[in-house]
Amino acid sequence: MIAFDFDYYRPATLDDAVDAFLQAESKGGDALYYAGGSEIISMSRVGSIEPSAVIDIKNIPECSDLIIDKKHLNIGSVCTLYQISESNLFPLMKLSCGRIADHTNQCRITLGGNLCGSIIYRETSLPLLLSDAHITLYGKDGKRKVPFDSVFNGRMQLSSSEMIVKIHIPIWALSAPYFHIKKTANEKIDYPLISIAAIIKGDYIRIAFSGVCSFPFRSKKIEKVLNDRSNSIKNRARRAISLLPDEVHSDGESSGEYRLFVLENTLLEILKRWENGRI
Amino acid sequence: MVEYRGKSIISLNVNGEMHEVTVRPSDTLLDVLREQLGLTSAKPGCLNGDCGACTIAVDGLPMKSCLMLAVEAQGHEILTVEGLGGMDKVQKAFVDANAFQCGYCTSGFLMVLHALRTQKPIMPAEIEVEEWLQSNICRCTSYQEIRSAVKLMYDDTLSNKANQ
Repeated sequence: MIAFDFDYYRPATLDDAVDAFLQAESKGGDALYYAGGSEIISMSRVGSIEPSAVIDIKNIPECSDLIIDKKHLNIGSVCTLYQISESNLFPLMKLSCGRIADHTNQCRITLGGNLCGSIIYRETSLPLLLSDAHITLYGKDGKRKVPFDSVFNGRMQLSSSEMIVKIHIPIWALSAPYFHIKKTANEKIDYPLISIAAIIKGDYIRIAFSGVCSFPFRSKKIEKVLNDRSNSIKNRARRAISLLPDEVHSDGESSGEYRLFVLENTLLEILKRWENGRI
Repeated sequence: MVEYRGKSIISLNVNGEMHEVTVRPSDTLLDVLREQLGLTSAKPGCLNGDCGACTIAVDGLPMKSCLMLAVEAQGHEILTVEGLGGMDKVQKAFVDANAFQCGYCTSGFLMVLHALRTQKPIMPAEIEVEEWLQSNICRCTSYQEIRSAVKLMYDDTLSNKANQ
């Protein structure tokens, strides 16, 4: 049971959604855009957040697209992880979605919710960081379409009243060779110890990480080292782990030291597979 | 725009029947099903989306009713164990395979497997069945019997497949 009340709005257009958001905020409350809602409900239940209004954007047609045009795969922000997986349009994204939470929750969790949530892993961001994806946002200043990595710096950098409308993934990425691995400390369904996604573009490996630091990231410095074939695989993996953008994440699941150990060995495995043509 | 503030009357389609209920926008579907409609098959467990005891089907897909607002469920078809009627294939399979001990998790498993059969009428690969089942927890550890029940539930499709 949620021990407090909030107002509920279900707009049918982007403008109505933003209006509802601004109206709620003008009354001094905290409004939240609501899609799958699992994090909003569970955090409200324990009193970690207390929104005054939730604006359910699932009825907005632009937010529920899942279509391919000539240049892009377009995924609406309220598409569920299950819908994205079942569509099988972007195999790397299918693997990322298929390892977030459990299957029933994947029928509920949305792409937008996973990217905007407070849980630090945001694993759907990895394929987007690797594929030069763009994102369409909508807020009080209207619509803007920008590179995904310009508004995702470990977490979404949205201005007040802004929401994700859809993501645009270039066609080349849908058929590029890829690799995905998620390692957990105990159960298969758990937060990641480390989660790694990679795409090969041309003869160059692009790689992104979740669980390693307290935010997901793609590092071009690490990619440069991993692609330096003048060095041994072992040296490349060793050097890569010295180039993390922040302190290694440490929590009840694992010490930072153990995460680094797992990361180095997993990078070795990925590099071996790549060099043996098994990606 | 649909809008609810404070207590409101909404209509829910549960087990093929329309029900009018008075809800707060922050009421979860689990609480409304149990406390207002008396449909207690969906069980409160962790209330956090982890255990699966509250699983129901919404438009044929499994949903954890502790993580869904009642106001969002309008316009959707909600199915609980009460709506399976007692002789559904999955229920019969659970009885035949003795796939429960204390039974608290059973309705969640029944609904997730009913949804599996709705979405995948022919038995999917073992790994896919495993993925669906991993959404639910049984603390009496009847897992092997539950796996047997899945096979029994799909028995008719397996024999159809063998005959093809």
